Amino acid sequence: MNAEPTGTAGTEPTSTVTLRVNGQSRSLRLPDRRLLSDALRHDLGLTGTHVGCEHGVCGCCTVLVDGRPQRSCLVFAVAADDRDITTVEGLATADGGELHPVQQAFGECHGLQCGFCTPGFLMVTAALLARVPDPDEDTISEAIAGNLCRCTGYVNIRAAVRRAADLACGPRAAGE
Amino acid sequence: MFGERVSRREDRRLVTGTGTFTDDLGPDALAVAIVRSSLAHAHIVSIDTDAARAVDGVVAVVTHADLPGRIAGPLPLLIPHPDLTEPRTQLALARDTVHYAGEAVAMVVARDRYLAEDGAALVEVDYEPLPAVVGIDTALGPDVVHEGMADNVGAAGGETIGDVDGALAAAPNVVELDLDIERSCGSALEGRAVHARWDARDRKLRVYSSTQTPTSVRFAIANILGLPDEEVDVIAPDVGGGFGTKINHPWPEEILVPWAAMTFGGEVKYTEDRAEHFVASSHERAQRHHVRVGFDDDGHILGMDVSFVHEHGAYTPYGIICPIITTTQLPGPYKLPAYRCRFRSVYTTAVPVTPYRGASRPQAVFVMERTMDRVAAHLGLDRIEVRRRNLIQPDEMPYDLGMTFQDGRPAIYDSGDYPALLQRCRELVDWDGFPARKAAAAAEGRRLGIGFGCYVEGTGIGPYEGGHVRVETTGRVQVATGLSSQGQGHETVFAQIVADELGVPFDSVDVVTGDTRRFPYAVGTFGSRAAVMSGNAIAEAARAVRAKALRIAADALEANVDDLHVVDGVVEVRGTPARAIPLTHVAVLSNPLRYSFSEEARAATQFAATPDPDLPPVPEGTEPGLEARGWYSPVRSTFASGAHAAEVEVDVATAEVRFVRYCVVHDCGRIINPTIIEGQIHGGVAQGIAGALYERMAYDEDGNLQNASFMDFLMPYCTEVPDIEVDHIETPSPLNPLGIKGAGEAGVIPVSAVVAAAIEDAEGYTVTRMPLGPSDIHDLRVANGRSTRPGEQGAGRPDAADAPE
Repeated sequence: MNAEPTGTAGTEPTSTVTLRVNGQSRSLRLPDRRLLSDALRHDLGLTGTHVGCEHGVCGCCTVLVDGRPQRSCLVFAVAADDRDITTVEGLATADGGELHPVQQAFGECHGLQCGFCTPGFLMVTAALLARVPDPDEDTISEAIAGNLCRCTGYVNIRAAVRRAADLACGPRAAGE
Repeated sequence: MFGERVSRREDRRLVTGTGTFTDDLGPDALAVAIVRSSLAHAHIVSIDTDAARAVDGVVAVVTHADLPGRIAGPLPLLIPHPDLTEPRTQLALARDTVHYAGEAVAMVVARDRYLAEDGAALVEVDYEPLPAVVGIDTALGPDVVHEGMADNVGAAGGETIGDVDGALAAAPNVVELDLDIERSCGSALEGRAVHARWDARDRKLRVYSSTQTPTSVRFAIANILGLPDEEVDVIAPDVGGGFGTKINHPWPEEILVPWAAMTFGGEVKYTEDRAEHFVASSHERAQRHHVRVGFDDDGHILGMDVSFVHEHGAYTPYGIICPIITTTQLPGPYKLPAYRCRFRSVYTTAVPVTPYRGASRPQAVFVMERTMDRVAAHLGLDRIEVRRRNLIQPDEMPYDLGMTFQDGRPAIYDSGDYPALLQRCRELVDWDGFPARKAAAAAEGRRLGIGFGCYVEGTGIGPYEGGHVRVETTGRVQVATGLSSQGQGHETVFAQIVADELGVPFDSVDVVTGDTRRFPYAVGTFGSRAAVMSGNAIAEAARAVRAKALRIAADALEANVDDLHVVDGVVEVRGTPARAIPLTHVAVLSNPLRYSFSEEARAATQFAATPDPDLPPVPEGTEPGLEARGWYSPVRSTFASGAHAAEVEVDVATAEVRFVRYCVVHDCGRIINPTIIEGQIHGGVAQGIAGALYERMAYDEDGNLQNASFMDFLMPYCTEVPDIEVDHIETPSPLNPLGIKGAGEAGVIPVSAVVAAAIEDAEGYTVTRMPLGPSDIHDLRVANGRSTRPGEQGAGRPDAADAPE
């Protein structure tokens, strides 16, 4: 042990990447192999995006890329150059004062416990409601069926998605 | 506030991405990657680190030979027990021999995790393979895991109540069962993680760990690194699930990372990846049981003789708590006039076993409830009726099992109403209407089945927890307890307790858990104990603060203490609310001052206050500050209970199991927050379903884990977990002032038993092992001569259930 660093710094291939996250652009010099999840978390300090498996199965690291859910652990940061990225930090109003209906609903319905998987669920739900404002049960299941949660048993997550739809649409007309 | 559905105050930070998990810290920290054994059992011939050390950005490559002092020695045996005659714990880095695939062999420290992994990939370890010992059969064979042992039995123990041999000899009916449960694992979505920062000038080591016991991790680090406790702080920040895995400690990385921070300077961080969680954390559940049960013609159990083998993997860091729990929790809510349970706990070359949510209670309940179903089948009686006839009655409480529980104390059920649980669950699932539903489904060519199971869970074990409550002069109430949180909502429920006990607004209470800087004494969060233990300790502290506030207010108001009460943060004279003093002011007066630095503080200075000139400003027997510590240390555990029922459909073509209904009736004593309790139960049931139908550890014969990823380890998504119907009864615990019992593990405990019974009922053959996936069910259909084609029915109830399998 106690080896001094022997190589010269910066032998990894790098590229300049412009990441446009939550409406703000940042240019970074990053190793080509840097995952988007790591760039968001460790280079931009947006640690709300979590990494649960690093093989694209758990969905914790889901962010929106040009409005569509993507697993940021399966995307190289360089591949997200000049795309519009939304993370959980971008859901509430910029001053953090007003929560997005999805955030509000997950709290109201106890749709989270440890909160580690939650950002991924929030992002897929936000994307769902942007596409389908009033989803039925099958559509809800379909939308969140790629995200793992170990705490809640999903019962309250399903309820939270329904509640988020109600909050986003406003109260539905009777008889609808 | 107690009993109300208060929204969680943890949620705001967690839904906005502003929580703090361990890996969120230290973006510039040096990163650790661990080189892990690729073989299950081997001698280490040599380790070549030259290529790794040459990687640009690699700071150090550490092997066992580099570890000094106690760091080189075995990790602690956390829970010694006289029956554990051959304990073995691993080294932080293996020296001569590896005993499971995944065991830590070398540590690479580098500028970031990518480079650390580059280095780790270049560490060349030359192994000389030894025989792998995989599964219970092999463990009972000639190949030995640990050199110097005659066989693989690390521990043997058990309990005996009454004359079992006599009872079985005299019983009119005796049947035997063999029952198996496979390995699973906790699989928290956040793996283990450790971040350490050493400040040489301050002589302060600050460690963040994703742990269920920061206080004990602190003592372990101080002890092994040879530091005074005062130089070590350990903090469990937001923790992404624990499920028992994170109660084991110190993990090798919890020692290696702080040592690396002290040795290489600055900050060092390790974050377990998913593959590592499967091969380098811990597993649980693998047990094989043999049962002989004697009963009369009415289904009353006369005697039960159980022997089982618990497979504990390569090491025993957490002792033999799991088989002890199976032994003592197996009787559940039933009266067993004679009971003997003997176990052997055996080594294999697999990931070590430590408790996973439920901690061997699921196996115990599987054994007991499968036995009840077999008794009912043998006699042709209704399955719930047989259970009902054997229940301990409410007027028999407290009920002494005559055994020693996992805390070394007598196992005595403190309270409970098992007949009420049984009846409520029977009604909830509409048990009596099921035959008609089953017949209607059968007419459509569908197979429905129903299963039922009960459990009793010892919760809230000692030795103790503590709490600190302090009212600031701003009126904010600061609460701290030493145990940590992994999503249970402690910040919310402990604030509810303090709001009630102290008489302050809920929103004025701040709760901190799992930070040794705030509260250094604690045991940890496990065994469904946090609410019972810290809840009662914090309540005690809040009562002491309230008493102190009333004393000070009585002086200030020139009133009698007994005439005062606290309402919404204000101490008032009863019936005369105009005579009042806010707690903010009481907090000022509680700390006699010489120096003022704010308008409020003037009231407590020496020329402003008008105390009795013949008494010291801080009266004898009191302390400055409106604060107190409280403790709760129970004489023994409190026992929660429940009944579950599941109605399932087993697909005739695909052998998939679909839940029609899942019903839970649950008793955890007085409920602090029903929403949180229901969430705990939902999550537990989901983990139970996972263990019943999907999750297993697929070791090959060489001891390699073949499904160490979320692609192959089938953790349920929302599509696999049904809505779960939950109802409660409340039998308060007489053992603690709040009357509460634990609830964290409850949901998972009876699920395998209930699902097994439901599948058996649907399919018409005997189910003796779990988990059961579609392939297993298909194989059982073939083995039992049942149809595997749509349109043909399986048989009804297994009338031939006692026939040899």
